[in-house]
Amino acid sequence: MGLPHPTAELAPDADGFFGRFGGRFVAETLMPLILELQQAYESAKQDPEFHAELDALRRDYIGRESPLYFAERLTEQLGGARIYLKREDLMHTGAHKINNCIGQVLLARRMGKQRIIAETGAGMHGVATATVAARFGMKCIIYMGSTDIDRQQPNVQRMKLLGAEVIPVTSGTGTLKDAMNDALRDWVTNVADTFYIIGTVAGPHPYPAMVRDFQSVIGQEVREQLAEKEGRLPDSLVACIGGGSNAMGLFHPFLEDESVRLVGVEAAGEGLDTGKHAASLQGGSPGVLHGNRTFLLQSAEGQITDAHSISAGLDYPGIGPEHAWLHEVGRAEYVAVTDDEALDAFKTLCRLEGIIPALESSHAIAHAIKLAPTLPEDHVMVLNLSGRGDKDMTTVTERLADELAADAPAE
Amino acid sequence: MTQRHDRIARRFDELKAANRAGLVTFISAGDPDYEASLETLLALPEAGADVIELGMPFTDPMADGPSIQASTLRALEGGQTMAKTLSMVRALRERDDATPVVLMGYYNPIYCMGVEAFLAEAAEAGVDGLIVVDLPPEHDAELCLPAQAHGIDFIRLATPTTDAKRLPLVLENTSGFLYYVSSTGVTGAAAPSAERVAEEVEAIRAHSALPIGVGFGIRTPEQAERIARFADAVVVGSAFTDAIGEAARPEDGVRRVVDLTRSLSEAVHRAREAEEA
Repeated sequence: MGLPHPTAELAPDADGFFGRFGGRFVAETLMPLILELQQAYESAKQDPEFHAELDALRRDYIGRESPLYFAERLTEQLGGARIYLKREDLMHTGAHKINNCIGQVLLARRMGKQRIIAETGAGMHGVATATVAARFGMKCIIYMGSTDIDRQQPNVQRMKLLGAEVIPVTSGTGTLKDAMNDALRDWVTNVADTFYIIGTVAGPHPYPAMVRDFQSVIGQEVREQLAEKEGRLPDSLVACIGGGSNAMGLFHPFLEDESVRLVGVEAAGEGLDTGKHAASLQGGSPGVLHGNRTFLLQSAEGQITDAHSISAGLDYPGIGPEHAWLHEVGRAEYVAVTDDEALDAFKTLCRLEGIIPALESSHAIAHAIKLAPTLPEDHVMVLNLSGRGDKDMTTVTERLADELAADAPAE
Repeated sequence: MTQRHDRIARRFDELKAANRAGLVTFISAGDPDYEASLETLLALPEAGADVIELGMPFTDPMADGPSIQASTLRALEGGQTMAKTLSMVRALRERDDATPVVLMGYYNPIYCMGVEAFLAEAAEAGVDGLIVVDLPPEHDAELCLPAQAHGIDFIRLATPTTDAKRLPLVLENTSGFLYYVSSTGVTGAAAPSAERVAEEVEAIRAHSALPIGVGFGIRTPEQAERIARFADAVVVGSAFTDAIGEAARPEDGVRRVVDLTRSLSEAVHRAREAEEA
């Protein structure tokens, strides 16, 4: 299937800008590396061998394509739009993150790099990175906030089993943004042999475009699968957004199809008006962090504030610059759902479809639950089920302790 | 019209005439609190700082090591704001019109204040230069060129990864002096050998007549002395932020910074005496 060849108006410009967002706001030490990476990526995109190897790994290692599953009982229950789930949760390592990691590790090998570093929040990107590093025999260092290490223990153990070194990050607030700071500090220090696999559609150019391209396999498959099942394009696409890679991967192949409604779901945490949320677009303002200009959670003084979400994977005070641009030009709409709504949606999907979703993906489900009943029965909605929920058992069982302790199922 | 003071150029001219290197000191504005930081700032010129770098605190200092990270967070916890940082510069200017002040930090606090508003206030306060770590030459239109239009120098970092192909681009709009980062990595990392750095600095001199300050990893008078033999200035940062961080009370921090400035300044002064004798 290969990588998309975006049209001129969709691609970032030569300096990596999507409108006024994006760019390469990095220290001079990193500039030569970023330019080298861009060159390597451009050359890989033109190389049929790179595509062939990527396609083979997608098929035989990741398990693509991922199913597009008609959620019959969820659709019936909500009584509106026909809801399909794009089953990224069934892919190797349990989330969409591997799509990007497999692409970047192939690039790392092409560039002769032997040491892989990455940041991780919920640990899914860390696990996916550790996985591809093991597969290609590379040294792997994962930076993870100490707060996240506490709440995502199973993923920490997975990374270690896969041979990665997990470095707890205590600087700042000990969450994803600080892990990214420390990964950047590592990269600046070990420029010669290190490849930094950024896990989302953020960071300096070319990362936002490159990660999007590797994730676009999601939307490309949806296009083909839906043509087969329904004989047409979807009417709406719904995906959760932290940095925004699963959403960008789903949206991007449909950007030019104006009939397709694109809905990104941010984490409203305890509520947008409480200040304890992770909704950069709806509760933030434009700024510059981690190499790109985008919407950020910050004070009026430009100091970055903490994100809050029940889901560690959405707990980031920024968002990919292409989303900021789609928001500004109005091509995509962005909404937010709270921790409680996400938790309810989590339970709903478990009971109705026999699928335990990631808390991140539960945000998308929560919005679909609100949206679907308002739509006609011939409306086709595709929801990206970006990951599975096994990693969230500790968080969920703590929050639902009373309910789970009851003898009978709470019906 | 903006009045140019050229304090940086004049200071490097004086240093050259005296055949000695300058000492560039870094502290985070407001670390650990406004009063102590202001007292430190005001004491620096007399203690021997030839150029003062004043950090604009930022929550996410990606190019800095643990010591400066801690200092910037102490300052923010102490309530430091951009307005307070600029008022520190104004207070210094009331008593010292010769020592150049360079504000150092990251782009976001400036961007959020508004580039024009920031530059107008900084120029008025008596700021001479800016070092903004996350604005490479590719983004000169953002701040570098507007700053120079306000008479404020834009000092850029060159690093060991800046190859011959890239150096002209880095130098193109750099003014005031060039800051040579002597090692890859974050501030406060281990110091590289003086011999290697000397060679790298000589290589840059072939491309530029700008004064060259060398920093990253220089902590002791002995290290400063070795670098001062060939560099136009020696930049010391983390040793100062450590001195403030390790102090039991803010006033002890002031004294430690002043003492360290004195001993570094003496070392930098004597660096070229041996070869002259």
